[in-house]
Amino acid sequence: MSIHETAAPACHQPLTLKDFKSGVEPIWCPGCGDFGVLQSLQRALAAHGRPPHEVALVSGIGCSSRLPAYTSAYGFHGVHGRALPVAAGLKLARPDLEVIVVGGDGDGYSIGGNHFLHACRRNVNLTYIVMDNRVYGMTKGQPSPTTEADWDSDIAPGGSGVQPFSPLAIALAAGANFVARGFALDVKPLADILVAAIRHPGFSFVEVLSPCITFRPEEMEWKKAVQRGALSVNTDRAAAMAMALSVNELASGIIFQGDRPAYSETLPAPTGLAAIEKEFELNAA
Amino acid sequence: MRTSFAIVFAGSGGAGAITAGSSFLQAAAREGYYGLMTKLSGAQVRGGEAAALVEIGVSPTEAQPDVFDVLIALDWDNVGKFAPEIPLNANSLVLADPAAGAPAPAIVATGARIVEIPLSKIAASVEGGRVNMVALGAGAALAGLPMGSVDAALAGMLASKGEKAVAASLAAARAGATETAVLGAAPLAPARKGARWFCSGNEAVGLGALRGGVRFVAAYPITPATEITEWLAPRMAAVGGRAMLAEDEIAAINMALGASYGGLPSMTVTSGPGLALKVETIGLAAMAELPLVIVNVMRVGPSTGIPTKSDQGDLDLVLHGTHGDAPRIVLAPLSIADCAPTTERAVHLAEALQTPVFVLSDQSFGQTETVIDPPARRPAPLKRKAESSATGADFHRYVATPDNVSPMPAPGAPGQQWVADGLSHDDYGHPSNAAKFHVAGLDKRRAKLRDFDYGETWGEIHGEGEVAVVAFGSTVGPVKEAARRLGESGMKVKVVALRLLAPAPTQAIAAALKDAQRVIVVEQNHSGQLYRHLLAEKALPAHAESLARPGPLPFRPGEIATYLA
Repeated sequence: MSIHETAAPACHQPLTLKDFKSGVEPIWCPGCGDFGVLQSLQRALAAHGRPPHEVALVSGIGCSSRLPAYTSAYGFHGVHGRALPVAAGLKLARPDLEVIVVGGDGDGYSIGGNHFLHACRRNVNLTYIVMDNRVYGMTKGQPSPTTEADWDSDIAPGGSGVQPFSPLAIALAAGANFVARGFALDVKPLADILVAAIRHPGFSFVEVLSPCITFRPEEMEWKKAVQRGALSVNTDRAAAMAMALSVNELASGIIFQGDRPAYSETLPAPTGLAAIEKEFELNAA
Repeated sequence: MRTSFAIVFAGSGGAGAITAGSSFLQAAAREGYYGLMTKLSGAQVRGGEAAALVEIGVSPTEAQPDVFDVLIALDWDNVGKFAPEIPLNANSLVLADPAAGAPAPAIVATGARIVEIPLSKIAASVEGGRVNMVALGAGAALAGLPMGSVDAALAGMLASKGEKAVAASLAAARAGATETAVLGAAPLAPARKGARWFCSGNEAVGLGALRGGVRFVAAYPITPATEITEWLAPRMAAVGGRAMLAEDEIAAINMALGASYGGLPSMTVTSGPGLALKVETIGLAAMAELPLVIVNVMRVGPSTGIPTKSDQGDLDLVLHGTHGDAPRIVLAPLSIADCAPTTERAVHLAEALQTPVFVLSDQSFGQTETVIDPPARRPAPLKRKAESSATGADFHRYVATPDNVSPMPAPGAPGQQWVADGLSHDDYGHPSNAAKFHVAGLDKRRAKLRDFDYGETWGEIHGEGEVAVVAFGSTVGPVKEAARRLGESGMKVKVVALRLLAPAPTQAIAAALKDAQRVIVVEQNHSGQLYRHLLAEKALPAHAESLARPGPLPFRPGEIATYLA
């Protein structure tokens, strides 16, 4: 099998959310924002129109990274922080597949931070959904790179004292081709953002505010506090960056749609192994 | 007549020692000789001193010599630093240019005969002549190589530099040969001329990967493995595959694993420090039963160690690296020529058994250029079990089978969706904490590797005797040469060369050692990692001895022969 022999994408066909459901029961706490993201993604995939077997969901480790098992698509639940390189390898080996990466803020911004930078820069045609709850939930409540500096926890009493960073600004600076923020409980608008992200060429990054009501019950307030539509579409990266640095951190919407060419999926026509073997020959008989 | 000849060309950066060595080796190959060339360089990133250590012979050459016959110093700037790696004695000849100052004290101390030859003056007498080409001619004359072969080698190597440069080099080489003729040649016995291959172990690994069907490689730059990826980069495209430069070692192995999940035979390439970073994902490949080839070109460790020198100290890491019980296959090539078929076999095994497979090479294989017979034997291909007739809402990914290998459709196959998971899982791949599924998974993954018939992959036996030496990787060559020499003096030594290191081929080893009165495990590391491994696997008799000696200096046949005798 070589990359050239992979099938072309199938035609769009009518699908519903149900087509993307699996029989596996989520481990998430009742009220977890990730349920909303799962539903939005299933909606978005149905709207996008490619059948489950042409979709692959890739994740790392954490509460949100459990998501692939909860859909009917192909999936890869790998090690902590490494979903993006897995997805890049899969997409470049199989350009015919729709490859979507899902995970949390600890997985993507902390242990996987280097891959986040380089995935934005490399611009492989992927969609990356980060369910940001500003806490490590699976390990029972430690501050992540997006947690407020004064948030009190057992591991950092009185707060970590470290300022959170702006994922949108980082994605823009590193070269992501599509940048947006959604809110987990706004299922329909989030699905719309996800469809746009999936269809945009190159690396699409969607930060989703996804409340952890177990360790961050105050995030239930997000439902009221989210500034819906406060982000508007920029096609100029500098303008998008200025907006990312100035708007409220709970502003949602699409902030950037760029036109960087995606990392090449097309390859030169193969010439074969025989010519390569000849290079080794001395004194050819 | 002598059957081998060993020569060193050494000088400061830019003097062209490596070009002289490479030209010498290729000229010898045209006369039918086998050979190998080890390159030494200083710690500088670019420039600095360099030396080409070349040994040629009438039969395949797989070990560095005990002593070099000739050292030609293009100059003496820092050449003394290489003295421990260039053994000389009273029978050795050193050619020194009086214009380049006094010979290095460490070289003088060897007692070698030092003869002055005005290399730079001869070079200046030829328009466009260079000192290294004069040295090449001198070396060829001492070895008794006909100048016609030197001409042909230079014409081939320097073709891109234009006719004028080739003509100048030829003239300089001829002048060097003429000047040296008075010293008398110690000519080699004639060799059988024929087709030869010229390659390094790193290139041969790359070729084996392509032959085996690898169509995706991802790597991060690391000495001494980088050449594999650099060699593969353009050639992967030529066979319809892709080479990726990853942002780090962990990304590289995860990219390769993602591509493998996508259905393409995939590989990552690294050396010790990089492998240390990759080990978590090796466990994932084992747990999720995903094919993956990991090439590890060993260098001196621990930590940064000595990046440019060879050692066999990563064996423990490739055998055991990762948490939990994660069976894997470990193969080590037996020679540079064996790098291609062993890597090809590694790809087949990874695909057929859905498991991580290591190719354990080392710096002295990887970065040594060698003249070999074109590799004739290739392993019979094995393919991934990707097809399944089962479809439905819940694909039975890890279904029980007689050989414990279950069908793994690639994404895109309708109705067969499954999730690769590092969590302990049931036989559908669904995460589960249940003891029965966890233990069943461990049993399945162990059994599929343990019960497979590896056939001749396990290793090779050379010779017969009541003294048996067990070795792997680049130690095999010097061990074989030591055994050959001991055989000439009446001591029979059997060499048991292991290619399959895990799962340990205990039955084959037991059969090979059945009648041995003495068993010695020879390896190039500090703690006897192979010895300990084979003891733990109960593959050695209680009286087995360990000859373990770390890099950076290579094993020489004489050192091993002395120990054995």
